[in-house]
Amino acid sequence: MSVTSKEGQVEKTDLVTLTIDGVETSVPKGTLVIRAAEQVGVQIPRFCDHPLLAPVGACRQCLVEVAMPDRSGELKTMMGPPGRVKPQASCTLVVSDGMVVNTQVSSAIADKAQQGVMEQLLINHPLDCPVCDKGGECPLQNQAMTNGRGETRFTETKRTFPKPIHISAQVLLDRERCVLCARCTRFSEQIAGDPFIALIERGALQQVGIYEKEPLQSYFSGNTIQICPVGALTSTAYRFRARPFDLVSTPSVGEHDACGSAIRVDHRRGKVVRRLSGNDPEVNEEWITDKDRFGFAYARAEDRLTHPLVRDEETGEHRAASWPEAFAVAARGLRAAGDAGGVGVLTGGRLTFEDAYAYAKFARVALGTNDIDFRARPHSTEEADLLASRVAGSGLGVTFSDLERATTVVLAGLEPEDEAGTIFLRLRKASADKLRVVAIAPFASRGLAKMRGSLIRTAPGHEAHALEALAHDGEVALDAGGVILIGERLATSPGALSAAVALATMTGARLAWVPRRAGDRGALEAGCLPTLLPGGRPVDDAAARVDLGTVWGTTLPHAPGRDAETIVAAATAGALGGLVVAGIDPDDTPDPAGFRAAVAAAGFVVSLELRATDVTAAADVVFPVAATAEKAGSFVSWEGRIRPFEKVLHDSHALPDLRVLAGIAEELGVSLGFRTVDQARAAPTLLGDWDGARLSPPPPTPPPAIAQEAMPTDSDSDAAEGLSLRSTDQGRPVASAANAGLVSAPGSAGSTGLRDSAGASDDAAGGTGLEVHLASWKQMVDDGSLLDGADDLRATGRPALVLVSPDLLLRLAVSVGDPVTLTGARGRVTLPAAVADLDDDVVWVPASSGGLALHRDLGPAGSLVRIAGGAA
Amino acid sequence: MVDVLTPVLSDNWDQERSWTMESYEASGGYSGLRSALGMAPDDVIAMVKDSGLRGRGGAGFPTGMKWGFIPQDNPNPKYLVVNADESEPGTCKDVPLMMASPHTLVEGVIISSFAIRAEHAFIYVRGEVLHVVRRLQRAVAEAYLAGHLGTDIHGSGYSLEVTVHAGAGAYICGEETALLDSLEGRRGQPRLRPPFPAVAGLYSSPTVINNVESIASVPCIVRNGAEWFSSMGTEKSKGMTLYSLSGHVARPGQFEAPLGITLRELLDLAGGVREGHQLKFWTPGGSSTPILTDQHLDVPLDYEGVGAAGSMLGTKALQIFDETTCVVRSVLRWTEFYKHESCGKCTPCREGTWWLVQTLARLEKGQGTEADLETLLDQCDNILGRSFCALADGATSPITSSIEYFRDEYVAHFEHGGCPFDPMAATLFAPAGATT
Repeated sequence: MSVTSKEGQVEKTDLVTLTIDGVETSVPKGTLVIRAAEQVGVQIPRFCDHPLLAPVGACRQCLVEVAMPDRSGELKTMMGPPGRVKPQASCTLVVSDGMVVNTQVSSAIADKAQQGVMEQLLINHPLDCPVCDKGGECPLQNQAMTNGRGETRFTETKRTFPKPIHISAQVLLDRERCVLCARCTRFSEQIAGDPFIALIERGALQQVGIYEKEPLQSYFSGNTIQICPVGALTSTAYRFRARPFDLVSTPSVGEHDACGSAIRVDHRRGKVVRRLSGNDPEVNEEWITDKDRFGFAYARAEDRLTHPLVRDEETGEHRAASWPEAFAVAARGLRAAGDAGGVGVLTGGRLTFEDAYAYAKFARVALGTNDIDFRARPHSTEEADLLASRVAGSGLGVTFSDLERATTVVLAGLEPEDEAGTIFLRLRKASADKLRVVAIAPFASRGLAKMRGSLIRTAPGHEAHALEALAHDGEVALDAGGVILIGERLATSPGALSAAVALATMTGARLAWVPRRAGDRGALEAGCLPTLLPGGRPVDDAAARVDLGTVWGTTLPHAPGRDAETIVAAATAGALGGLVVAGIDPDDTPDPAGFRAAVAAAGFVVSLELRATDVTAAADVVFPVAATAEKAGSFVSWEGRIRPFEKVLHDSHALPDLRVLAGIAEELGVSLGFRTVDQARAAPTLLGDWDGARLSPPPPTPPPAIAQEAMPTDSDSDAAEGLSLRSTDQGRPVASAANAGLVSAPGSAGSTGLRDSAGASDDAAGGTGLEVHLASWKQMVDDGSLLDGADDLRATGRPALVLVSPDLLLRLAVSVGDPVTLTGARGRVTLPAAVADLDDDVVWVPASSGGLALHRDLGPAGSLVRIAGGAA
Repeated sequence: MVDVLTPVLSDNWDQERSWTMESYEASGGYSGLRSALGMAPDDVIAMVKDSGLRGRGGAGFPTGMKWGFIPQDNPNPKYLVVNADESEPGTCKDVPLMMASPHTLVEGVIISSFAIRAEHAFIYVRGEVLHVVRRLQRAVAEAYLAGHLGTDIHGSGYSLEVTVHAGAGAYICGEETALLDSLEGRRGQPRLRPPFPAVAGLYSSPTVINNVESIASVPCIVRNGAEWFSSMGTEKSKGMTLYSLSGHVARPGQFEAPLGITLRELLDLAGGVREGHQLKFWTPGGSSTPILTDQHLDVPLDYEGVGAAGSMLGTKALQIFDETTCVVRSVLRWTEFYKHESCGKCTPCREGTWWLVQTLARLEKGQGTEADLETLLDQCDNILGRSFCALADGATSPITSSIEYFRDEYVAHFEHGGCPFDPMAATLFAPAGATT
């Protein structure tokens, strides 16, 4: 931890001067002695101390001798029991002027005190270092060597426990090894806010315990393993897999969300065996999500593609092909497809910046089209306009530090705990101080409560109204100190994005777009959008096309491109001759069946994939590509921060997408200008500093009138009352702790606005039950293919439940945990019911959990579904 | 001999049903409250300061000064918390006081709360003494009925609620910050200081925590004046206090006398060491104060006198052990107590007591050498003053002091190959005059 401010300059008045081991030093007021000692190069041994956790002073390992001037200025050593010097815990003691600290370096008393504590810590610590995962990188082991005695004097009986026990499916606890520093329990309570582990029992039998009725379902539990100063906490994924000294460590970047978290990847003999958090104070500090930590087994899945496949002309089956053959076949097919209407490019959001750039250039240069879109999820033109006008090419915008300094953060279409874990941790940290978090969401999530946030309860599709109301909300009083974070889900709510822009303009609050996937922002910057070229250059701006065309040495297509939905529709209709598809899970797309049909209908399909999927099965040529550990690259985080990383597995021969595209392009007689990541990085337009015109912001899209069926309508209460209830709900935050969220009073069963479909004649789904609005998003630990192989991590995920309001639960005549059935346009699912403070006419389900794929099995978020008690 | 005793707190203990409001008021109870309510709160604090009353829970911190630390400009409510978690081996003064005259404490609570401007006071009682809890609850209920508690007490405009809270059986909860955590519903473990309870104590609000006897001494000071109180005792240790004699003594019990009385005088009052035996060692203030021997019979039992003798006045729990007692065995028993009661938060206490017990148990069986004594002393050196709170300091006191005075007896265990004492002889049901 740095004790100087960011500018490297510290105000003179804020400095405290003290002497440590004879060296005079000045540090900022409030600095702990243990950190001041680091400034003069003295490492005081410690266990419970952690710079990002509140001091506790429990382990007593960091004892030092301290003298302070008394009122007359005479130096007085801090004394304990009569006549004895009392060494002080340097991890809890704040520096003061004139203080004289003597550490183990210069004080025999401090040294003996430290040796004594070390000996005590070891008496009950098992001597299983040779089989302990921590052995070789263990603070206890290391500090026992530097600050302990060579041999123990303890000849009595050690305390023993059965080892290990599960504190979650993913995290194991070996109580014998625990030195009870409480780092893990403090992390859970102070940082993650999931205090389901706590110290229990007392004396030498004190131990970390769980509350068995409340399983540890924390998305951040793996951090406890990393900060454990001994081998007490281990993961099922890594336990007994390797010795630290056999590992090769490479800094890298998390590929599971758009936060760009610094990670460290440890591999041995060509195999990634674990991932740890990096230390990046500007981004993720020292914490990462469990997904970034444990989600890496997918790259070694059985169905990983290893060689190119082409469709045999005679059998119609896939057969292995050489790279040159596959390049040639792909080029031939794409050329033909181009002649037969053109080729659409769907890239998905998992690509690196460099790979995305290759797709963007490949589409324009080799395929001569602007039909390219990275959005493999529900999207809109309004969104494309927003991205082009406010996001692409805007560089580093709102940062994590800005979030920490903000007075108010408004969340719209974004559930940070599930969708951007690092943002969640930063908001939670800041909310303990002065930050106020306000969420425009269907209900107050557990994450919102942990961020001490308040809720503007909003049914899906009505976000625009809530955003508009915020401009005039005196209580939230959004101003230039505020930040509006809009999630990618907001694209599905008509008018919401333009309302967010208007709100930012009116209040001066800053606006930032937070996508879910690591490659989304990079793809946008690279030009994987039908309206945008690299660097935010508008396709329909001739100057921009000329600017880029000059560099690329070609003429760029000027016809406006199709977006992903239109590409899919055009392929299905035969208007497009072919598709190039990168890593896309059909079930993520707005219409999975339609997407599959388009892939099947397209005349020629080239698939670049890690693993066999529905798309590869239907493709005419399949190219295996490198996973992130097998290539260099960059992700662009939601902040707009470029997060480069180097190749981890140097022995891997897997090729990045850009190499494959370069190969096909060459067969098409075009050069992309690069074949390697380094060459792509050197491309002058990669970081495209386009300073010309940008697309104008999305025109104010009139938000849909609040549909009458969504309103509390009732013969007993007039519509005006229903409206006023609604506006109250939307206009003002509801304290998340105490939000019963009931619009209707008990007993007025007919006033909830729920329509029983029994009388509805034109019921498309043909189901029975109450008609409700569907709210949904993906939970962090979900069914996504990047978590394949991480079974223990999946087991810590939250179960798939249908959340309903308490009133709706009553109306359905079911109890919490009973099955309820939802019927939507795409199908019917049965899940257990649970309660949240939703509106009575809104239900929530996870979009990709428990086998449920929302778009495939039920229908898109925001649509109307029917709900009924019991199984279908 | 009778002149030596100064029954004040214990004055009414021999009254008929002394624990009732009726009996207490008949002997002048609650008159101090009426006087105090007519004073300015700061004057009450000044009076307690002037009296020289020092904390009776062991540390001897001046009570009035502690009250003066409460920042009255702090907008949070102020709290008074009475530490009635009397759990130390040997210490037995608060429980008898609360049994015999709970209203003395209740009156003290009201006056003290008034002085520090607390509107809610808590009495944290050791959970095992259910009979005391019941008696206190009854007394508090009586005080409410009599208008001594509640809203606008006796028309003074001052209001006070009192809550009697039963602990759950942990010695550590007698440590004031652990007590606060426990009172707030958490596990009782000591808190980091600063912030000190006077600034951020119960529910992060300014809090005074006092021992039962300290608070119970307040009404008599208000009634009789600071000068009256400070006329008793010694130069720096003013007033009278309860000395609790237990163990090998003819008439064990509470002896209320001015600070500075000696054990020789107290033993005279208590009929001496049990018949046919001689004093071997004793604790001046519970098991966590270093033991003393028959050389110390004339040490004045005040804060300074006992300190000068190398021990601490503590809770004035004088446990008397005669020559039939094996000091190693006694020390082992005490150490087992500290191991059992260590909260586990800090390393020296948690691990140190675990180790000390095992070493002592081995030495008691005669399995050891003089080198073990050095290791034992070194362990104590690595615990004393290194732990988070004073519990572990107390755990080392009997060990280091017993080795200082009775090293030969430890060695005798090694030479004898076991304990040379007959444990039966030390029991109180042993025949008089038994020697081995």
